[in-house]
Amino acid sequence: MDLSWMAWTTPVAIFFVVLVCLITAMGIWEYFQPGGGPRVGWLRFETTRGDRLFLSILSAGFINLGWIRWTDQSLWWALALSIIWAVFIYRKC
Amino acid sequence: MNKTWNNKAWWMVVPVVLLVAFSAIIPLMTVVNYAFQDTFGNNEFYWVGIEWFEDLMESDRFFDALQRNILFSCIILAIEVPLGIMIALSLPKSGWKVNVYLVLMALPLLIPWNVVGTIWQVFSRTDIGLLGNTLVSLGFDYNYTRDVLDAWITIVAMDVWHWTSLVVLLSYSGLVAIPEAYFQAARIDGASKWATFRYIQLPKMRGVLTIAILLRFMDSFKIYTEPMVLTGGGPGNSTTFMSIDLVKMAIGQFDLGPAAAMSLVYFMIILLICYAFFTVVTNMDKAETKTGGAS
Repeated sequence: MDLSWMAWTTPVAIFFVVLVCLITAMGIWEYFQPGGGPRVGWLRFETTRGDRLFLSILSAGFINLGWIRWTDQSLWWALALSIIWAVFIYRKC
Repeated sequence: MNKTWNNKAWWMVVPVVLLVAFSAIIPLMTVVNYAFQDTFGNNEFYWVGIEWFEDLMESDRFFDALQRNILFSCIILAIEVPLGIMIALSLPKSGWKVNVYLVLMALPLLIPWNVVGTIWQVFSRTDIGLLGNTLVSLGFDYNYTRDVLDAWITIVAMDVWHWTSLVVLLSYSGLVAIPEAYFQAARIDGASKWATFRYIQLPKMRGVLTIAILLRFMDSFKIYTEPMVLTGGGPGNSTTFMSIDLVKMAIGQFDLGPAAAMSLVYFMIILLICYAFFTVVTNMDKAETKTGGAS
């Protein structure tokens, strides 16, 4: 199957592989601890661990965009900030 | 009692997963790939890193279009929601007239977007259009193809004409679901019309109104066809919303990389709004379940 029209590059492929790994890990987590671990936290509405993953990934996108707009620093810092933010979301939201 | 778990039912989701993969995930993956590359055609791509995102984040064109989107959504919500509630309140609660009014209300919703744009384009023309020609005959200096304010008023009027019915129908469904006992109690207490609306009807319509507001916000935020047919994004760029700008960039200028970067950012904004919509609706359902539907 010719997928050259999709113009694949290694960094984008790595991004999607990481995304698939995260979703798979969530599936395994759900298998061993069913129910999604719902709780009401800092956001004042109920979130499951799936919600928290979604919010972490979406926030990471916005953090990176903000980083590009307001700083000239490397995007690795934005990634580090995104991971810290994701940890915060998982612990507090 | 122990609940029986059978995860075989998950296999029934496979066809949908395959369909979504072909129609959404694979195209989205391609867009992500395009967002980091440049092409001059012939299926040849060159890695440019985050250049298109840097351009986008410094682009006045993008932020202007985003502001227009937000402004447009706010204006139509400010008009359609109160107007929809007012119309719903004035509709009869029973009798044969109800069906007639509801069908008439539903008619604009059934008309395709491009037809609505064409109707309003002809309707607003100053030479042959009923609205445009009448306004000019009355002495108004109206021309939606030349004047920014006229173009905005026409687009807003078109959207109000097209979509207020949705708010009406949702509000009406909320109104007729209120038990008569509430109104009897209000009458016994000597409540005014305003007090009845403020303390009975409005709280009872909260659920459907939330859905109406979020639906209209999401739909207006990704509006494309109607303004594209009516004004083509003009005069100048005054009615160029993000979706119009995106199509101009991708298909008009064949700037696939910048267009892909823009569509990803647009997608993220839409995702955020959809998540807010989903969260509000599901939490509302949970709250209603907890209180047994009473509020």
